[in-house]
Amino acid sequence: MIECNIDILKKDIANKRLDMHIVVCIKQVPDTTQARIDPKTNTLIREGMPTIVNPYDLHALEEGVRIKEEYGGKVTVLTMGPPQAKDAIREGISHGCDEGILLTDRAFAGSDTLATSYVLSEAIKRVDLDEKVDLVICGKQSIDGDTAQVGPGIAQRLDLSQLTYVIKVRSIDLKKNSMIVERQLEDGRQIVEARMPALMTVVKEINETRYSSLSNLIKAAKYEPAVWNQEVLGLDTTKIGLKGSPTTVRKIFAPPPREAGEIINNEGESSKEVAEKLLKLLIEKEVI
Amino acid sequence: MPDIKDMNKFDAIIVGAGPAGTSCAHTVAKAGLKVALVDRGTFPGAKNVMGGVLYRHAVENAIPDFWKEAPLERHIIEQQYWLLSDDSNISIGHRSEKFAQEPYNRFTVLRAKFDSWFAGQADSAGAYIISKTVVDDVITENGRVVGIKTDRPDGNLYANVIVLCDGVNSLLAQKLGMRGEFDNRHLALAVKEIISMPREKIEDRFNLDGDEGATIDIYGEVAQGMEGTGFIYTNKDSLSVGIGVILADLVKTRVRPYDLLEQMKNHPVIKRMISGGEPREYMAHMIPEGGYKAMPKIYGDGVLVAGDAAMMVNGFHREGSNLAMTSGRLAGKTIIEATEKGDYSKNALSRYKDLLEDSFVLKDLKKYKNLPAHISNYSEFFSTYPEILNKAADEFLTIDGVSKKEKQRKIRKILTEKKSLWNIIKDTYKSWRAFG
Ligand SMILES: Cc1cc2nc3c(=O)[nH]c(=O)nc-3n(C[C@H](O)[C@H](O)[C@H](O)COP(=O)(O)OP(=O)(O)OC[C@H]3O[C@@H](n4cnc5c(N)ncnc54)[C@H](O)[C@@H]3O)c2cc1C
Repeated sequence: MIECNIDILKKDIANKRLDMHIVVCIKQVPDTTQARIDPKTNTLIREGMPTIVNPYDLHALEEGVRIKEEYGGKVTVLTMGPPQAKDAIREGISHGCDEGILLTDRAFAGSDTLATSYVLSEAIKRVDLDEKVDLVICGKQSIDGDTAQVGPGIAQRLDLSQLTYVIKVRSIDLKKNSMIVERQLEDGRQIVEARMPALMTVVKEINETRYSSLSNLIKAAKYEPAVWNQEVLGLDTTKIGLKGSPTTVRKIFAPPPREAGEIINNEGESSKEVAEKLLKLLIEKEVI
Repeated sequence: MPDIKDMNKFDAIIVGAGPAGTSCAHTVAKAGLKVALVDRGTFPGAKNVMGGVLYRHAVENAIPDFWKEAPLERHIIEQQYWLLSDDSNISIGHRSEKFAQEPYNRFTVLRAKFDSWFAGQADSAGAYIISKTVVDDVITENGRVVGIKTDRPDGNLYANVIVLCDGVNSLLAQKLGMRGEFDNRHLALAVKEIISMPREKIEDRFNLDGDEGATIDIYGEVAQGMEGTGFIYTNKDSLSVGIGVILADLVKTRVRPYDLLEQMKNHPVIKRMISGGEPREYMAHMIPEGGYKAMPKIYGDGVLVAGDAAMMVNGFHREGSNLAMTSGRLAGKTIIEATEKGDYSKNALSRYKDLLEDSFVLKDLKKYKNLPAHISNYSEFFSTYPEILNKAADEFLTIDGVSKKEKQRKIRKILTEKKSLWNIIKDTYKSWRAFG
């Protein structure tokens, strides 16, 4: 009787992994709220501009930590950037991540989204070798590039289920290796069940980021992340940095200001007259 | 469950990452002690405001050869003093080639950049830098200060010594009863603008080469009869332009600080200096100018106070950052000695006062101890004197066919019209005494 119970239990443990391993990818970006424009050249003055963790990525961090808190496991935070991006890793630790890895090398500099997703996915492969990864989380997009391509790029390269614009994680079933999420679409929400390992990019509305505890802040203050450079990763040099980046920026410009709308006045006119006026205008402008 | 109290126990906690706090944390960390530097800014220095001139000696004591790597704006080779009337100006200046060479003498800085670099040095020395965290209160046990209460979840932190470097508004020193209510005669409100200007224009206008810089301190008309002074400092590609006046005067005259700065910028003489520039940042901050007599208690059981929080500003010489850094460093030294002895009592920490007495900090503050009150009584120094001196100079320099003898008589009349000769002599004598 008792033996039988233990057998069932053993089988259960084998089937059901009790812990999750979540990798969160974050990016350090210039704090554009503090941006100054050079009055002469009309370009962004980057010098002395403080850096922050990309605001969407903060929600990715938060979601990673929440999932860990609910399902158990561990969160590893990953960033590619200059050596100073260590600060971003430390911020991840202060939000409750357990480990951080900084991918930094001059050879990575100038990488576009294609090259960046290559570097990140190779790093995730390596993390996965040590400890199997179940879920990768990225922010929806970065505020300095706005492309929203890196997350999907990683999913594609690693053959992960791709869940973009996630606004809610409904449930995770570790036994079945599947998760159900809600995606934010332009005209509503889509509920998707996906197999894990998966990659999701999150929108800001997915959660409210927490105010980190003092002990996490103290832990983060002196945290030294593992540093992986080209020597450690041994990447294909034709796929990284400027050489591995087919994207070129032709021109950066401010979008033309929106033209003011036209207001139809109804002073002293009946609604019928106003409606007729409106109709005429709409036809004139070929709206209808 | 590990005891939070133990996990978060430090040798020292420093509140405030300005020059005082960072210098203290740097000193303590270098000695291998566990120290936390807590600041409310998004990064150290984020909100800090200063003219600002940084003096070499104080920084050098912490970091030798800092000018080779610190984010400084310009090294000052010329200092001018201007006495303004409503349409004219007397200037005295000093320029030295010696100051154009390393190790230099003083530097202009933008504090947001400098402070975060300086905190980085403390970080490398081993200090725990905790930003974006407000210290709400000090924790005491049986009359001893034992820790701080922050606005973070599980936000209490404990240490053998807490150093209050929370600046001019030190609410913490007030909560501990180490100082009384604010006296608005002891506080100056300074408003300042950073005005962008191309490097070449600055260098042409101020007659500078490369990273050389100049400062102008301005007395007279700009303060609109109140006790106060203005300044123009050169940065790399901007000017710091500002004015500080005693708060009590502002309250009395109801002049709005921003208007004061606008009027100063519109003064014909100053307008020329800043023309072609684009204002890019505006800030306001208090300066504690009460001097030695207005200082709070600076040590207690488990607690020390340094920098602006301790009123350590030499208003006359516009020195604050250097007194802050030096007092912070000496507070650090006191903590190191106390840790060796394992004694953090008020008595042991009184060593801080002795160290300060031996340094320029208390020597200078004592020397000028009568100056703040003296100047308050003689606001004419900021209005009448600049005006009559300018008039006299106008007269002296205007060649209009009037005989020199007649000129002298006229000048004497200008000088004594608003003040009797006897009063001028008395003012001069008293002022001389006030300077110690
Ligand atoms: C306009 C202006 C011009 C000046 N010009 C000069 C000059 O040319 N040369 C010069 O030497 N001095 C100058 N000074 C004076 C100089 O700025 C100060 O004396 C100096 O900054 C004092 O340093 P401190 O470290 O004591 O305080 P601060 O520099 O004020 O730093 C205090 C720090 O404490 C933090 N803090 C406060 N309360 C809390 C809290 N409760 N919790 C967490 N953090 C907190 C603040 O965020 C801040 O970072 C000037 C001042 C002003 C306002």
